[in-house]
Amino acid sequence: MGPSARSRLSAMLLVAPLFAFLAIFFIWPLVTMMAVAVTDGTVRVVLPQTATAIASWDGQAVPSKAVQDALVADLRTPSEQLAFGDAVRRLNSEVSGFRTLLGRTVTAVRQAPAGQQVDLVALDPRWGENNFWLALQRSMPRYTDRNLLAAIDLKRDTAGAVVADVSANRTIMLRTFTISLMVTLLCAAIGLPYAMIAAASTGWVRNLLLLAVLLPLWTSLLVRTAAWVILLQNEGLINGFLTTIGIVDKPIQLIFNRTGVVIAMTHVLLPFMVLPIYSVLLGVPRNLMPAASSLGATQWRAFRHVLLPLTLPGLMSGSLLVFMVALGYYITPALIGGAEDQMISSVIAFFATGTANWGMAGALGLILLTVTIALYLVYGRLSRSPQMVGA
Amino acid sequence: MAPFIHFDQVTKSFGSLRVVDNLDLRVEKGEFLSLLGPSGSGKTTLLMMLAGFENPSQGSIRLDGTPIENMPSHRRNMGVVFQNYALFPHMTVAENVAFPLLMRGVGKAETVRQVTRALDMVRLGHLKERRPAQLSGGQQQRVALTRALVFEPTVVLMDEPLGALDKQLREHMQLELRDLHRKLGLTVIFVTHDQSEALTMSDRIALFNAGRIEQLDTPEGIYDRPRTRFVAEFIGETNLFEGVVRSVANGTAEVSVNPRVTLRAENPAGIAAGAPILISVRPERVHLQTEAGAGNAVPVTISDHVYQGDHVRTHLAGQDLSLVAKIERRAGIGPIGSAAFACFDPTECTLIEP
Repeated sequence: MGPSARSRLSAMLLVAPLFAFLAIFFIWPLVTMMAVAVTDGTVRVVLPQTATAIASWDGQAVPSKAVQDALVADLRTPSEQLAFGDAVRRLNSEVSGFRTLLGRTVTAVRQAPAGQQVDLVALDPRWGENNFWLALQRSMPRYTDRNLLAAIDLKRDTAGAVVADVSANRTIMLRTFTISLMVTLLCAAIGLPYAMIAAASTGWVRNLLLLAVLLPLWTSLLVRTAAWVILLQNEGLINGFLTTIGIVDKPIQLIFNRTGVVIAMTHVLLPFMVLPIYSVLLGVPRNLMPAASSLGATQWRAFRHVLLPLTLPGLMSGSLLVFMVALGYYITPALIGGAEDQMISSVIAFFATGTANWGMAGALGLILLTVTIALYLVYGRLSRSPQMVGA
Repeated sequence: MAPFIHFDQVTKSFGSLRVVDNLDLRVEKGEFLSLLGPSGSGKTTLLMMLAGFENPSQGSIRLDGTPIENMPSHRRNMGVVFQNYALFPHMTVAENVAFPLLMRGVGKAETVRQVTRALDMVRLGHLKERRPAQLSGGQQQRVALTRALVFEPTVVLMDEPLGALDKQLREHMQLELRDLHRKLGLTVIFVTHDQSEALTMSDRIALFNAGRIEQLDTPEGIYDRPRTRFVAEFIGETNLFEGVVRSVANGTAEVSVNPRVTLRAENPAGIAAGAPILISVRPERVHLQTEAGAGNAVPVTISDHVYQGDHVRTHLAGQDLSLVAKIERRAGIGPIGSAAFACFDPTECTLIEP
């Protein structure tokens, strides 16, 4: 082994922990969640013989005796209760009534003596209908797009065509982007002047301004959100102050609505806007504004033509940061918002912890990730295009 | 006639610190005036007040007789070249130079014409589309200069514009600036802490010390006839002797430096006998001779030689005095330890009141 190869190897060893960390805590969970979103093993696990038999069925007439026998054989085999329950739930979501049909069938099949043929159609006429068999066939493949389709309010009908589904996912997704955009714009509107004042000031004033931004960052998100509950509620400090000085005669509704969510999220996310702008401003030479002024620019034009274009990278990365973080917000809308202000994270949490539907949780996460990456690419394209300022 | 620029009893204080102290300065039109001094002497503050970035605490600044201390900097029409050029990093060279024209509402075609002409004048026409970061220091310097000149300012202010350049480029730019000043008839106020720069370029030099002007004079005047000890020591190198005027005759003073040495010096100011005085003699005015001549001659021993290329710095000691002489190499110099006479003419001696 040559010395250069050895040094390359030791360099690789040095960064190996980083790669391991990334793989374990970032790539693996991400891939798992994405895989969960598109795999569909529940029915297949419980009915393995049926899965093989029904795969080649053309979907025209009622399946052959062989397929029916495979199903009977599968149902005879005692399976784990939990897995069977999952499979039933899965099938019932395809065609309602599958639960009772399957319950009846299982009871009948298991009561029949071993080796005796069971005629399914005779047992229940519904086995003579194609749509139950179709549902069975549809839920067999290892990979499925139903979670992804459901995440954007679509489903496949019995014929396999993509049709609209009744659900609020699109609305909630749109709401998530709307709230995030509002918060980003507000953060930019407050953060840009704030960072400029902080960068222009010196000594204790600058330290105080930075501390006011950093202190919330060091405080628990839950505590900050709870503090906003105290401030915003009807008997809270803000309404108390407003009624005392007589601006309003009865408390204005600031909590459990969109206003409260946007106010609290803007406050919580402001540091992510201020800090990138501030650091960019520190790199702008101090004499550029006097130079612009000496060349005949009023303060406003010097700001517009010189300081603002130079601040733009900070503003862009701050906006991106705030927007991305806002997309995933969960606690603040949950505590301060009403039912109409819940964001996509609460839906994901509902599927993940409420109904243990990891497939849907993963699919919603995947859609969110895809849209976010798409926005990021658009942003990257926009921010790379040259800014024409001046002549 | 009122002076073109007049600092009338201007004081600038930051807190309790008087950075510019009750200063009076008149600048003529078309003049190249250098503000020279150590850092913190108030020269940059004075320039910033003229550009409109600082306001005088007291006093008035007049341009062509009109007070301008309340005029915002963007209306003063002064071209400023900053120490680190202050080029706009997000604009190309052409956009930088076009900026003052854009601010003045000059039409597009006219802007392009003027920018092209101005950049061609400093031989940067081919770099129009570059960003400042892609230029060398000297090129950035020329862009900054072009940007400050393209709108035909009434005055050009420069704050140590050559400080960041290496020595050769600096000397080249000094000559280029001087040429430009002559060609365009500009009024230039040039801040520097480099005395050779000030001596090379200026019509007049204002030497600053602690917020005051120690001496305002032509380069020759300030070098040959320093009026204070600070000026004598700041500009170039000098030998200073403390003494007392013993007698005055025919415009020449006899000064007793110590019991063994009496020197003669020109006394144009008519300083009376008995006054304590300083005598300044530039090292290059001191000659080494084997015999005493008609002028001042001090018997000394050569204590050291320092070779400097074009001359030799010779350290001399004797009669309780020590002095430095710059001797041309061709003049034969005795070895270290040998005796000689350090000779200098009374006309080369400047009397300074301490």
